[in-house]
Amino acid sequence: MFADYSLAELGSIFVMQGFAGLILFSVFVLMALGLAIIFGQMGVINMAHGEFMILGAYVTYFTSQFFLHFLPSLFNIYFFVAMILAFFASGALGMAVEWLMIRRLYKRPLDTLLATWGLSLILQQVYRSVFGPREVGVELPNWMMGSLALTDTIEVQINGLFVMGLTIAITIAVALLMYKSAWGKQVRAVVQNRVMAGAVGINTEKIDRNTFGLGCGIAGVAGSAFTMIGSTGPTSGQLYIVDTFLVVVFGGAQSLLGTIASAFTISQAQSTMEFFLSGSMAKVLTLLGVVIILMLRPQGLFVIKVRR
Amino acid sequence: MTIPAPKSGRTFFLRPQDLIGIIVLAILLLVVLPLALDNFRLQFVGKYLTYAFVALGLVLCWGYAGILSLGQGVFFGLGGYCMAMYLKLEASSVENTKIQSTPGIPDFMDWNQITSLPWFWEPFRSFGFTTLAVVVVPALFALILGYALFKRRVGGVYFAIITQALAAIMTILIVGQQGYTGGINGITDLRSLHGWDIRTDSAKTILYFVCVGLLLGCILLAYYVKSSKLGRILVAMRDKEDRVRFSGYDVSSFKIFVFCLAASLSAIGGAMFTLQVGFMSPSFVGIVPSIEMVIYTAVGGRLSILGAIYGTLLVNWAKTSFSESFPELWLFGLGGLFIAVVLIFPNGLAGLWQSYVAPRLGPLFGGAAKRRAAPPSASPPASGPVAPAAAE
Amino acid sequence: MSSDNENSIKFSSMRRKLLMGMAALPAAPLLSSAGLFSTPAYAQAPATAAVNTTGLAVTDTEVTVGILHSVTGTMAISETGSVQAEKLAIDQINAAGGVLGRKIKYIQEDGASDWPTFAEKAKKLLVNDKVAAVMGCWTSASRKAVLPVFEQYNGMLYYPTFYEGLEQSKNVIYTGQEATQQILAGLDWVQKTKNGKTFYLIGSDYIWPRTSMKIARKHIEGHLKDSSVVGEEYFPLGHTQFNSVINKIKLKKPDVIYAAVVGGSNVAFYKQLKAAGIDLSKQTLLTISVTEDEIDGIGGENFAGAYSCMKYFQSLDNPNNKEFVAAFKKMWGEKTVIGDVTQAAYLGPWLWKLTVEKAGSFDIDKIAAASAGIEFTKAPEGYVKIHPNHHLWSKTRVGQAQPDGQFKVVFETPDLIEPDPFPKGYQ
Repeated sequence: MFADYSLAELGSIFVMQGFAGLILFSVFVLMALGLAIIFGQMGVINMAHGEFMILGAYVTYFTSQFFLHFLPSLFNIYFFVAMILAFFASGALGMAVEWLMIRRLYKRPLDTLLATWGLSLILQQVYRSVFGPREVGVELPNWMMGSLALTDTIEVQINGLFVMGLTIAITIAVALLMYKSAWGKQVRAVVQNRVMAGAVGINTEKIDRNTFGLGCGIAGVAGSAFTMIGSTGPTSGQLYIVDTFLVVVFGGAQSLLGTIASAFTISQAQSTMEFFLSGSMAKVLTLLGVVIILMLRPQGLFVIKVRR
Repeated sequence: MTIPAPKSGRTFFLRPQDLIGIIVLAILLLVVLPLALDNFRLQFVGKYLTYAFVALGLVLCWGYAGILSLGQGVFFGLGGYCMAMYLKLEASSVENTKIQSTPGIPDFMDWNQITSLPWFWEPFRSFGFTTLAVVVVPALFALILGYALFKRRVGGVYFAIITQALAAIMTILIVGQQGYTGGINGITDLRSLHGWDIRTDSAKTILYFVCVGLLLGCILLAYYVKSSKLGRILVAMRDKEDRVRFSGYDVSSFKIFVFCLAASLSAIGGAMFTLQVGFMSPSFVGIVPSIEMVIYTAVGGRLSILGAIYGTLLVNWAKTSFSESFPELWLFGLGGLFIAVVLIFPNGLAGLWQSYVAPRLGPLFGGAAKRRAAPPSASPPASGPVAPAAAE
Repeated sequence: MSSDNENSIKFSSMRRKLLMGMAALPAAPLLSSAGLFSTPAYAQAPATAAVNTTGLAVTDTEVTVGILHSVTGTMAISETGSVQAEKLAIDQINAAGGVLGRKIKYIQEDGASDWPTFAEKAKKLLVNDKVAAVMGCWTSASRKAVLPVFEQYNGMLYYPTFYEGLEQSKNVIYTGQEATQQILAGLDWVQKTKNGKTFYLIGSDYIWPRTSMKIARKHIEGHLKDSSVVGEEYFPLGHTQFNSVINKIKLKKPDVIYAAVVGGSNVAFYKQLKAAGIDLSKQTLLTISVTEDEIDGIGGENFAGAYSCMKYFQSLDNPNNKEFVAAFKKMWGEKTVIGDVTQAAYLGPWLWKLTVEKAGSFDIDKIAAASAGIEFTKAPEGYVKIHPNHHLWSKTRVGQAQPDGQFKVVFETPDLIEPDPFPKGYQ
């Protein structure tokens, strides 16, 4: 398929394709990070993760409408406001859910799966009843559209760069929070030994609630960012759920580094295969590959503790 | 959780109250419902009952062995597709399909420029092979999967997520390979079984009774497995896997067995579904139907074989009537049910029955009831170790 | 026409009084005897027994039809417009005097985006409710699920969506276009005006896009001069990442991107296309899957400049359409948009009414036989006519999307195109 092209053209396509892989990688990390915190640190399987993302997307939509009508002069920066609002909206909902539901289920991870699936159905119907069944189009400020021409033939998407930047920022923030702050130390203490952590005076319930809220909040930011590349509708969250879970499980649940490595592997495999094969087959092969590797290495790529 | 006390006045492998339960169910399905409902509603019940096979399989594999599979739709679909392939071949006789460019092959193949029947369709001309395939193909698939996963001690959450991914893969494959599978439309327009028109009302009624008969057979099988030594090992494994392993049992083989059994049960349901509904499509294979099938089991009581049947009937009945009268509310109802069943009554309807109804019925049946009332839901729901995988 | 209808209403109300006197008789003999008595006396007002020999839900004053679409589930988004259009048409027909002097009453059932549910509800409508016709279904899968039911119980379905063809039934009237109608004229146009020689085909992975692309490929390779397909690509439903294929498109530099992506994927595809710097005002993109409805979700600014090939656009400039759009907005709100399928759904009740009046009967067999040649001159899309194969003769149009989410019609076939569900040479 490359016979008719000059070397320069091929070179720029490879650069752009590499960039496409990186965007996919960022998208995966962004999707999975919130889930990795919740699943990895707390052992809760949050099937409503996609719906928390979509809440962020709706918040972004309404923020854009608000700015469009009341503060058109500031429309260019509304996206930052929207992301912050999305974080707090999804985070607050997450904390409420933790308090009402999840905290009763810590000892039963499979049951959190069922309960959060129920939650996701309810949230979908809430979105449908409140925001309408149709997808909404989120308008972006002009500077976020289009692409930068690096050379004559190489173009990179601005929103792709934006997503990558955001991913890096959030990943660093989460890593710092988890591994450098006092709060992160407490979280890790609770994960490793709940009873002892409680005994030395850590308020484990509060830690749980905040951790869950943080994971959901990050999902909200991800959803906000995804309004640039995907659809926003009551059932859009479902589109992400399988990919997200596979990334987290493939990475080895307890490790943030593992999540990142697994997102990288899966995204590169998928985007390369999509380039050389047809779209549907690429998807099937990627999923199959992940499943087979998981059969060989059941605890994922990066393992902290192996056996119970 | 305690293991049901063995050998207290059993007839074969059934405890007396189980026997009564089965008889009550049989009367309900074979006599009461056919008399009480018109043909149209009865066919609904027939369709619901095909899901009950899946729920039954889940009781064994999730309730008793602690393996939560979120991919039972795959097996349901495999069984259904096997049957649909047979029926489709029968419906695509040369004279029925003479307007096609290649007569004698299913219509969707003709539309996809396939000019001869693919090799894996060929054996499905035989009814004997098809019946065998309905049970064996899913079991083989489950065997491979189970062997790969359980031998490596993958369990709990990981197993659930892997099976879920499989459901996704299966859907994409079926939809994508439409020349061989009928794609998203599925295999439709199935007409007759051995020349017997399955679309008429009388045929549907007969199929309903066949379905009930098979279900009752499967229920007996499930009770047999449960009461056998195997069943008790499964429960022991779920609660303390390591201890069973240290006692010298090969834990993974038991898990593989029960997973295969659940797969075959689901597939029988799928085949009956195809017969009664008249088509099969990928929308019964994916993630959403697979999880819905789990909720049937959970509502009925994951530890109760009969409970799962009632749970399936109840949830589906609610779904049909809710979505008829308040379509908007249905998702709230279903979602709420998921949450309620997990938070408030983790042992489902059967648990409620055991804790509230059975003790009161007990005196009516004499002292024997006192012995039974305790297990299997003696533990209060909130602290109950109902989720096996939590036993870390 | 209206005076005729007034007459028949009066007649039927008289007949109703007559019937009420006989109410003690059992229902079936009642109908036939009433028919016997009244036929000579009220020759102009068709008696129920004469126009309904198969026991459909037709009374002297009312006739019942079914509406069968998904109100819940994933397809609800798409099917809402069709339900609205069908209700509007029924209201308008009733306001104009109904059908054979009878008001149309509808029973609406929810298919819940679930194909067995569609089949069950179709059966309920036909067997329990005895409806005289059903307006419904949207996806091919739901139609395939109900088709055996309609054939078995002899019902009549008016199906609104443009679809892949390869089907023809006595019991279905297809008011949308079949694939060749929608595709061929658009390809001819794009080759002629945009000098399109190389085509990149991209679609969602299921039967409609695949069949459509097959027809498109045959046409491009066999019937258009020096033209070729440089890429063909399908993505699973719900796929959201299109950057790799966009790079492939950049590499191949096709003159025309020919797209049939649906649902949530649609939104992702056009957003990412725009972000990747593919400017739709320079790169020709022709799609067969985006109507005004879809643009709502994609965002007008992301889709502006692209061409869509349909038989109807909301912006069509003719008196019928202006009336229709005004009535639709009056009934369902200013903000609603009307896409191709919505308009086709609107045709259903009208075509049925015209057919019933031509046949002089509600009987399914008579309607099926009378359908061929039915003309509807007040159609918003212009003039349509039912072909003996139960599809519609219709024009095909190409519209260019504007930033406000509407289309500017840039091309319209001069003549009606003959529907050809089993196209020779394209299979």
